[in-house]
Amino acid sequence: MLKRVHFPTSLLPYLLVAPQVIITLVFFVWPASQAVYQSFLIEDAFGISTEFVWFENFSYLASDEQYLGTFGRTIFFSVCVAVLSMSAALLLAGFADRIVRGATTYRTLLIWPYAVAPVLAGALWVFMFNPTLGIFPYILEFVGIDWNHYLNGSHAMMLVIFAAAWKQIAYNFLFYLAAMQSIPRSLIEAAAIDGAGPVRRFWDHIFPLVSPTTFFLLVINAVYAFFDTFGIIHAVTQGGPANATTILVYKVYNDGFVGLDLGGSAAQSVILMVLVIAMTVVQFRYVERKVEY
Amino acid sequence: MASITMKDLVKAYGDVEVLHHVEGEIEDGELIVIVGPSGCGKSTLLRMVAGLETITSGEISIGDKVVNNLEPADRDIAMVFQNYALYPHMSVRENMAYGLKIRKISKDEIDQRVREAADILEIGQYLDRKPRQLSGGQRQRVAMGRAIVRNPQVFLFDEPLSNLDAKLRVQMRLEIRKLQQRLGVTSIYVTHDQVEAMTLGDRLMVLNGGYVEQFGTPIELYDRPATLFVAGFIGSPSMNFLPATATNGLLTLGNGASVTGANHANGAITLGIRPEHLVHDENGPIKISVQMFEQLGANTLMHGVLDGTDNDIVASMPGHVTAGEGSVMSFSVEASNLHVFDATSGKRIEE
Amino acid sequence: MIENRPILNMVSHAVLIFGVIIVALPIWITFVAATHDPVRMTQAPIPMLPGGYFWENFKQTLFGGGLSGTESAPVWRMLLNSLMMALMISFGKIAISLLSAFAIVYFKFPFRMGFFWLIFITLMLPVEVRILPTFEVVADLGMLNSYWGLSIPLIASATATFMFRQVFLTIPDEMLESARIDGAGPLRFFWDILIPLSRTNIAALFVILFIYGWNQYLWPLLITTETDMTTIVMSIKQMLEAAEQSPQWNIIMMTALLAMIPPVFVVVAMQRLFVQGLTETDK
Repeated sequence: MLKRVHFPTSLLPYLLVAPQVIITLVFFVWPASQAVYQSFLIEDAFGISTEFVWFENFSYLASDEQYLGTFGRTIFFSVCVAVLSMSAALLLAGFADRIVRGATTYRTLLIWPYAVAPVLAGALWVFMFNPTLGIFPYILEFVGIDWNHYLNGSHAMMLVIFAAAWKQIAYNFLFYLAAMQSIPRSLIEAAAIDGAGPVRRFWDHIFPLVSPTTFFLLVINAVYAFFDTFGIIHAVTQGGPANATTILVYKVYNDGFVGLDLGGSAAQSVILMVLVIAMTVVQFRYVERKVEY
Repeated sequence: MASITMKDLVKAYGDVEVLHHVEGEIEDGELIVIVGPSGCGKSTLLRMVAGLETITSGEISIGDKVVNNLEPADRDIAMVFQNYALYPHMSVRENMAYGLKIRKISKDEIDQRVREAADILEIGQYLDRKPRQLSGGQRQRVAMGRAIVRNPQVFLFDEPLSNLDAKLRVQMRLEIRKLQQRLGVTSIYVTHDQVEAMTLGDRLMVLNGGYVEQFGTPIELYDRPATLFVAGFIGSPSMNFLPATATNGLLTLGNGASVTGANHANGAITLGIRPEHLVHDENGPIKISVQMFEQLGANTLMHGVLDGTDNDIVASMPGHVTAGEGSVMSFSVEASNLHVFDATSGKRIEE
Repeated sequence: MIENRPILNMVSHAVLIFGVIIVALPIWITFVAATHDPVRMTQAPIPMLPGGYFWENFKQTLFGGGLSGTESAPVWRMLLNSLMMALMISFGKIAISLLSAFAIVYFKFPFRMGFFWLIFITLMLPVEVRILPTFEVVADLGMLNSYWGLSIPLIASATATFMFRQVFLTIPDEMLESARIDGAGPLRFFWDILIPLSRTNIAALFVILFIYGWNQYLWPLLITTETDMTTIVMSIKQMLEAAEQSPQWNIIMMTALLAMIPPVFVVVAMQRLFVQGLTETDK
């Protein structure tokens, strides 16, 4: 794009992009357009007749209490996951950045949950909070809490938030630590000479200086909570009890594959695509701004 | 070995023409330096010869072959880049051998040619190192070695010394000159450094804003600069320029003083005098009000203005001169050292 | 910088160690659960210290039928499936991204920007949001229950193409010019210069993609119906369901352990590459 020199044009570049373009067309563009097309259809339960209904599926969703509830729940879930995991990561990174020796060791010990699949993270947490066996319900009983996420919606929501946030701490920690370590030493030294103690330095200098990272992580965490947490929900609660933990992605899957409501599921897919595109645009804006520094 | 001919060369990016009708003939075995300020088009010109830039119009031939549409690899040239462009993942030996390997030259011959080039450049002991393990000067040598092994008809140098420190630059400059003379390969060398240009080139092509200002030997350029630009660009410290009026060869300066030139110009002119040609002379016609001295050791630079005007003027005086700041000193100049330029066109008015 | 704050240093370490414990606790409990016999694992509270049944559980999980009373492939088979899927996704993505980034950066050809945007949009469409129609395509192509079906739809990746484009753009132009003067054609340049110069980026990307591929869940869940094709990650869910009837937590947790060891090992062993890969692909 920005190269001054190029190879002479021939058939070769077309051959080089062909594999990626073909896969993109067959597995991305075509299905996505199908989703858009299907979102305008209503199909009867036997798949015999379909009717083109324009935006009926969407207007139905817009007035569907259950769908709107899911929307609100997804946002609540995402905010909780992002705030919980980002603040824990910021705290840990702030301390790790101070430590001269051993920072890498701590990093090694903190980053590996990234490698754990969401569904496994869910399995681990569901085991720890198993109402009859789990270690935490056992402890909670001493303070009078009768933990049961199979019956109690708030308990279920808390559990999926914990599991999702736990897995994401590693990622946030890495980015915060990298951002802090790239702050010029001299800046922190100047602050120290000006008389700012470590805590002040953190709030007055380090925290504002990593704010681009905070913004970037907010977007990433939102995308993560929206889409990548399917495995956690599926393993831990299956959206229950009574839909208390059904988030948008889970509902697309559930309505489409379990409920076989193709039009409704497709309309939800389209809404999700719009959301992803919006988030991606925000993220790219951020990247562009960063490049200009 | 080959000569290079550039005929009516034009380079344009869209509507913007960056090189205007460049003409030049480079003889077999000659080292030509293309010199000019940054943005003058000198690198573009070199890259057109290399085949890295397309030619908008005109013609380049190497030997008697027009190369306009030949790929770089088919032009039988070698190039030394400003940042050396060594392949960082290959050893010095592999870097030098790469072009030969692609040309399917036998392994024995590659070994032999790499060895020879390494001997010439005294980099034999570094052959198995990676570029990052070498100093700047050594990398420079490897870049040259990569050019030499190919045994090309033409060497192209694109500011090859600008990444080196001052001392190394002087040393490498001499080595490049010696090497080029020994191998006798036609070479084009691009630089923005006029001292480098003067010391290296058989002939210099001075480019400014995409135009060839002058193409000649270093001494021609120094003694008889064709334009104000060349006059100011060649020589250090650079030439003094004074506005003056000529009446049949008599040049009257801004403060009313006059000197006799060697030609018969008339009208508004710009008078050029090199600092080293101003000779301290109690009876000289040029009076300078002295502002400060700069001690260079062997000589002293006197900074001042032409007395009674605000025309800055610099004189280079032999030995140490310290006293006289604030006073007025008188200088004279030999008529043959006066350069007269047309005030509007900036062209030299010949004797 | 001289700083005499022993208390703050102690607090720092204390907080970090607490953080490490929080992060490690679920894994520790998993490990402990995998070292006890099934009977012990039905008694509350569950143990916090390892027992002596690690090898028994290990052998039963890996080579036995997994969970008793369920129809499933042996765990070693699932591990193999996961490995195949992860490797095919990683190598596939790297290969097609390298090629298309090379074409986009080093050639000027009609529709170049069109191709660029076409690739760009895949960045915006995670598999989760277009899952149903993609499933239909794969079913129509007869790729259900195959390694191809598991990997190819996940192979197109805009992020990897973008990353390589970025890497190629930082390689000085002189590298190409020099290679052209040396007589190298496009493919030769790609193979001799570009690939070696992007080696660490390729390795870093591999680490990320391996984890991505290994941890795929929803996709394999949908397109594998034969037990022979199940991956280790998706088997956990089936086991959890079975656990509601006959809880065999020792086996389930051993399976979970086996499922996370390969990606965790990759992250810890190649930490530097992992960090590089993560920061490069996402920024």
